[in-house]
Amino acid sequence: MQRMLWCLCILLLSQVLPAQPELEKLFQTQLIMAENGSSVQFPEGKFYLSNTLWLDGKKNITLRGAGQGKTVLSFINQKQGAEGIKVTNAQNIVIEQLTVEDAKGDLIKTQQVKGLVLRDITAQWTGKPKPTNGSYALYPVQCSQVRIERCTAIGASDAGIYVGQSDSVWVTDCVAKWNVAGIEIENTTNAWVWKNKAFDNTGGILVFDLPDLPIKRGGHVKVYDNLITRNNFRNFAPPGNIVGKVPPGTGVMILATNDVEVYNNKIWENKTASTAIVSYYIAETPIKDKDYNPYPSQIYIHDNLYSMGKRMPTWKSKLGFIFWWKFGKRVPHILYDGIQNPDWVDTDGELKQGYEICIQNNENGTFANIRADKLGLFKGKISKDRKPYDCKL
Amino acid sequence: MIASYKTGLVLLIGVFLLFQGFLTESEPAPKMQLSAYGFFLGPLADLKPASGVFPYEVNAPLFSDYAEKARFIYLPEGARLGYHPDGSFDFPDGAVIIKNFYYWKDARQPEMGRKILETRLLLKENGEWKALEYLWNDSQTEAVLEVAGASFLHQWVNAGGKKQEITYIAPNLNQCKGCHSYDGAFVPIGVTARQLNRIEQGENQLLRWQREGRLQLPDGFAPEQAPRLADYRLAETDLNAAARGYLDGNCAHCHNPHGPASTSGMFLEYNQTEPERIGIGKPPVAAGRGSGSRKYGIVPGKPQESILLFRMESDDPGIRMPELGRQLPHAEGIALIKNWIKNME
Repeated sequence: MQRMLWCLCILLLSQVLPAQPELEKLFQTQLIMAENGSSVQFPEGKFYLSNTLWLDGKKNITLRGAGQGKTVLSFINQKQGAEGIKVTNAQNIVIEQLTVEDAKGDLIKTQQVKGLVLRDITAQWTGKPKPTNGSYALYPVQCSQVRIERCTAIGASDAGIYVGQSDSVWVTDCVAKWNVAGIEIENTTNAWVWKNKAFDNTGGILVFDLPDLPIKRGGHVKVYDNLITRNNFRNFAPPGNIVGKVPPGTGVMILATNDVEVYNNKIWENKTASTAIVSYYIAETPIKDKDYNPYPSQIYIHDNLYSMGKRMPTWKSKLGFIFWWKFGKRVPHILYDGIQNPDWVDTDGELKQGYEICIQNNENGTFANIRADKLGLFKGKISKDRKPYDCKL
Repeated sequence: MIASYKTGLVLLIGVFLLFQGFLTESEPAPKMQLSAYGFFLGPLADLKPASGVFPYEVNAPLFSDYAEKARFIYLPEGARLGYHPDGSFDFPDGAVIIKNFYYWKDARQPEMGRKILETRLLLKENGEWKALEYLWNDSQTEAVLEVAGASFLHQWVNAGGKKQEITYIAPNLNQCKGCHSYDGAFVPIGVTARQLNRIEQGENQLLRWQREGRLQLPDGFAPEQAPRLADYRLAETDLNAAARGYLDGNCAHCHNPHGPASTSGMFLEYNQTEPERIGIGKPPVAAGRGSGSRKYGIVPGKPQESILLFRMESDDPGIRMPELGRQLPHAEGIALIKNWIKNME
């Protein structure tokens, strides 16, 4: 009897949805034919897709699943196209309430989209974090008016939530874990990153400006009310990538960006650099882009709550090793690489107005200017004098 | 439930067709069958062009898993193409670019026949381009409209006498735009002066079209002064020119400042002169594992340290380049680019 029931059950299940290739075709057809202003509903269930699901050139479209973990789009058997879901050249697009997994490249990539909401999405690579995982879980690039909320990004071999070359961006109420970078804002202007949890990544939240890109200058970034903790995971980025140089134990890293405010965050238990303010030179990669500015400026770190515990910084990066050598278990929380544009410094050696770095009112926020350009195991002059940086912006 | 999904699919397609047919009246409905356009005379598979349809060849073709391509342009009666030195030629409304993908059954013996797998159309309507995809039946008598793409097994014997099998992937309509995109607008790729400026059957293709009244060339046009990609397939082609031709034909449709790969900062047009834009000494931006642990796009003299070559050699969908339309590594292209980088100073 039980056997019969099982058979019946399997029979019924197999009737519920058409065969997977047919379903994949249906999904893709729906995306191609979706009328502006309509929504596409993905049913509950786990679906294995062989190709990118691609939406192009549409306006006011919602792609909606039955909920995270309920609608699961798995790209583990992907044959073509590097992304899971891709949206290009579109306006006012919402993607929500689904799980996307195991794409060969990025899980959700959106390019040239004006008005984008990614909401209640789990984007993950299953299994142990590994270098063969794709680069970005959620990846808006060259977009504007982007809202990423209540999303979870896991296992990216570059960044879990990565917003690149975009403008007007909110990232809030998200969770990023087991990525190389939890949340990364790159060459992006007017980004607010708040109330997120970034933990167990190699680096928690990164704000970078990189060379060689069409959109050169990011800035006006606020990072606040986040919990950024235990980002001590080994760096599993494939070598050659800039995030491959982020030392395990990095909480917040600001690289070569202008106008970044980091405040009211809990930055706990990141063993190497709770907060690092660095120039692109720290990456020790030659710069060929003539229009690129490699120095950070107008950085304001205030009212954060720091704690590090007593842990050794990582040995697995040159910088980490030097920290371990110089500081042992007492690595300062806020590190500045001290590599400065000579044009931005006045005769007293202080940064001129418009280029300041201000650090104020942080709880437990010990500070060091490591003068990275002169730093070595047996040389260098680390300065813990925070007076030049005691300012408001 | 099966029935309801299928019905849904049919309905969707139906609605789409109605839409095309009624709401936008000036736009002709896509034909369900390729034969309905009347592009070819006699048996469809012979691809014998009807009046108004003429073949074209390109200097530096895109590699597509060793598929051969039979290319045609259809122009409405009395209409002409407009010359453009850089971008795509100007096409009149009603024009169609027709590209048939086929394999020789045995590439060593073309007389054994071929199998046409798909025909891609680019149609110019109301000043805009749109793409349609037709899949051929096994008996090679007809090709049928397919919007969502398809994949199927295909076997052939290659030029080396080796039996090959791939899961052939015909693109869906959005994937077409994955390459055919300039600042987000749909554009043709291969119909540029640099691709079409070549000798075919003893005569310059552009001059012939001018003579036949199909193309309006500027006064005093001289082919030798016009842009031209080198034909990388010819042994006598200069190495640098061949490599730049190959990269233009295979990469630059995305890797240019207005294309889908503008995000990468790597631009591979034949006339790009800045070394770091081509990838020389350029670190990757968002390549992820596509970098293959290599540090720069191109390391002169060192192909094995160049990301460009790594991505050409890979058949992993998350690594390989181009992203679309290639599953097999292109041995001849790889050899060319390897040699080019090796000889670079």
